[in-house]
Amino acid sequence: MSHVSSKGLFYTIFASLCVLTVVTVLIARVDLGAMNTPIALAVAVTKAMLVILFFMGVKYNTPLTKVVAASGFVWLIILFGVTMGDYLTRGWLGVPGR
Amino acid sequence: MSAPNVHSDAHQAHHPKLQHHFHNMAQQLEASILGMWVFLVTEVMFFGGMFMAYLLYRTMYPDAWLAGSNELNEVLGGVNTLVLIVSSLTMALAVRAAQVGARMAQIANLILTIIFGSIFLIVKYFEYAAKFEHHLVPGAHFDPARDPAQQLYFSLYFMLTGIHALHMIVGIVLLFIMLRMAWKHQFNADYFTPMEVTGLYWHFVDIVWIFLFPLLYLIGKHH
Amino acid sequence: MTHGTVNAPSYLDAPHGIASWLLTKDHKRIGILYLISVTIFFMIGGLFAAGIRTELLTPEGDFLTADLYNKLFTLHGVVMIFFFLIPSIPATLGNFLIPIQIGAKDLAFPRINLLSWYIYVVGALFTLAAVFAGGVDTGWTFYTPYSSIASNTNVTLAALGVFITGFSSILTGFNFIVTIHRMRAPGMTWFRLPLFIWAHYATSLVMVLGTPVVAITILLVFAERALGFAIFDPRMGGDPVLFQHLFWFYSHPAVYIMILPGMGVISELVAAVSRKQIFGYSFVAYSSLAIAIIGFLVWGHHMFVSSQSIYAGLVFSIITMIVAVPSAVKTFNWTATMYKGSVTWESPTYWVIGFMGLFLIGGLTGLFLGTMGLDVHLHDTYFVVAHFHYIMVGGAIMAFLGGIHFYWPKMTGRLYPETLGKISAILVFTGFNLTFFPQFVLGYLGMPRRYYAYPEEFQILNVLSTSGAGVLGLGYALIVFYLVATLFKERNAPANPWGATGLEWQIQSPPITLNFEVDPIVTEDAYNYAGRAPKHTKAGEV
Repeated sequence: MSHVSSKGLFYTIFASLCVLTVVTVLIARVDLGAMNTPIALAVAVTKAMLVILFFMGVKYNTPLTKVVAASGFVWLIILFGVTMGDYLTRGWLGVPGR
Repeated sequence: MSAPNVHSDAHQAHHPKLQHHFHNMAQQLEASILGMWVFLVTEVMFFGGMFMAYLLYRTMYPDAWLAGSNELNEVLGGVNTLVLIVSSLTMALAVRAAQVGARMAQIANLILTIIFGSIFLIVKYFEYAAKFEHHLVPGAHFDPARDPAQQLYFSLYFMLTGIHALHMIVGIVLLFIMLRMAWKHQFNADYFTPMEVTGLYWHFVDIVWIFLFPLLYLIGKHH
Repeated sequence: MTHGTVNAPSYLDAPHGIASWLLTKDHKRIGILYLISVTIFFMIGGLFAAGIRTELLTPEGDFLTADLYNKLFTLHGVVMIFFFLIPSIPATLGNFLIPIQIGAKDLAFPRINLLSWYIYVVGALFTLAAVFAGGVDTGWTFYTPYSSIASNTNVTLAALGVFITGFSSILTGFNFIVTIHRMRAPGMTWFRLPLFIWAHYATSLVMVLGTPVVAITILLVFAERALGFAIFDPRMGGDPVLFQHLFWFYSHPAVYIMILPGMGVISELVAAVSRKQIFGYSFVAYSSLAIAIIGFLVWGHHMFVSSQSIYAGLVFSIITMIVAVPSAVKTFNWTATMYKGSVTWESPTYWVIGFMGLFLIGGLTGLFLGTMGLDVHLHDTYFVVAHFHYIMVGGAIMAFLGGIHFYWPKMTGRLYPETLGKISAILVFTGFNLTFFPQFVLGYLGMPRRYYAYPEEFQILNVLSTSGAGVLGLGYALIVFYLVATLFKERNAPANPWGATGLEWQIQSPPITLNFEVDPIVTEDAYNYAGRAPKHTKAGEV
């Protein structure tokens, strides 16, 4: 990786991460009903993306590295999505006799 | 299939850290970065299995998850989150210093990263000690007055944070190794591969915590 | 071209001494280390099978106790799957050939390659410890809550053994991925790669994406059992079916880890014995990727009767049908390659034909099992046992043996006796069918798997099966005998005894440590038989 990021960039990302951390703690204290969890996850994903793109430098990496980094999360989605697909659909098709 | 032809780069002058099966330092660096990312994908899937269990059981037992989360101190958790974020900053600065050959900056930032990583683990120790005291460790000594489903919550809490902590310890060991190499002037613009891959590993461990914090500590803090 | 005297010694000769082997970084030596290890475990797994088949000669449970029988089938599965099949082709032939076939001097991470072998050995020792401590009786599938709570056998030891060995697999896959991406010789574009490489690349994707999930799952079982945690325990609200989802998320793709490399070997052999470019090369290449990826979406077909939602079962069933398509594409393409090719009846040809017939049956019977309604009848019967043995033994092991034979001259510098090579292929094929075809019938008639006693009317089929196992074992023993015997003879193999294409056949047999005297530059497609003269040498008699 021949790209050298500036220290200024790192400090900016750092500040953003701190702000987002405070935000996530404060928002957790407000009752937003069913939206609390998705918002907390959205903040976490944003923080993770900042770390991945800038601290880990993926933004400046080859397309292959980007695909590899993304693949882990895609595979997690498969695991979560398909498994929950079983549990959430258990009541959908009736069983004869019940 | 083809006629073997040209002389390899090995005949040209090469860097002392160039391993013989690579043609040049650029290939070695690229292979190492790709390799670390492939390894991190395995780590994502490794933690992912536990997140799957978490996802299912939180869906099935929202009250147990709420009660469990309320036992966690979100101030300590938040402080630890910030501590890890600072350590990621110092790690990124250390790798950058290696890239530009700034030895003192490498050493200083590596030391800072080790310090912040250790602070995280110390805080974790105190959190775990409190759990033991309050009979929140799953198994024979778990508080019998609590809903048994909370044992699922705390089992996952200890597995997730415990395995995360083990990864942090490995990371700190790696940082000491990097510190020694930096001390001995081994990194510069031509060769900083170990720092680069150690940095990737460290940031990954930070990212796991970025998800663990809200998922474990911040459920229902509005109650 | 290259069988004159060469200055550099072969990888077998230098450096010298056992320490140089145990501390080697040479991918070829590591491949040999793995070959020795997996062969030992194959024999151990075979011993357990012998115990099972002996008991099943009679309808009553009279040879072994029920507990011992449970341990035998458990350990047969654990040893054969984790310590033989999964590493078999990738860690032996893959390690040996991948750098050579792409024109590199070694894998990307040679020390990690050696580490993967040591991890395998440590995991194997843990599992052997479990055997000597009295065994495990949960079935290789370790279903909870029996494995995590109720069983009083050495689950922890065995689980740790499998957990540790999983990292060997992960490191192998990780090494292959980086190597294939970053170490190809100049001119070796993706679509000039041998199909053996494509197959191992796809296998490595599965190893890297799937194995960690079973690793953490086993760790969770360990935590429940040894630390008293609650993960799958129904008394705390835990769900044993969650274990099955996590377990099969890996263990279904694992079967593709076991068969894809074999398909890679078969592609090489089919092209060589037909002296023809593989028909539809790019389709075969893409089909490896398709199997690897789609294979991650079908795991619920192991769980149709587990209380999994019928809706989810429908989806899993449909995708199971779809995952058969790329395998069918390969089989059609291999057949089309042989059609109007200059096929010679050498021993590799026997292994190829055996593979194609047996894999076909195994694969088609998978469709029976993937049909939800049928599966209700066939689940946990001998039909399932027959299905997976047709693929794993009829397919994967025949491909492994075919590959070992085909590459034996390259790896050892010796030719094996061609006639014995043919005889062993026939023995294995015959013994295999006699062992496992009756099991399809037994399963359909309702004989459950993992039972040591059965109704009297099933005895004749069981006796046939056990007899077949004897013939099969004889075939395997014959192979070990004559291959090992060649090691006591002179090196007489030319660089290219088969007249095959590929960089591996342009270097001496056995290769020098750095593989190539001069780094290759690739200018042709794979399997470019069209421009070549008919081969002069035939694999000789020893």
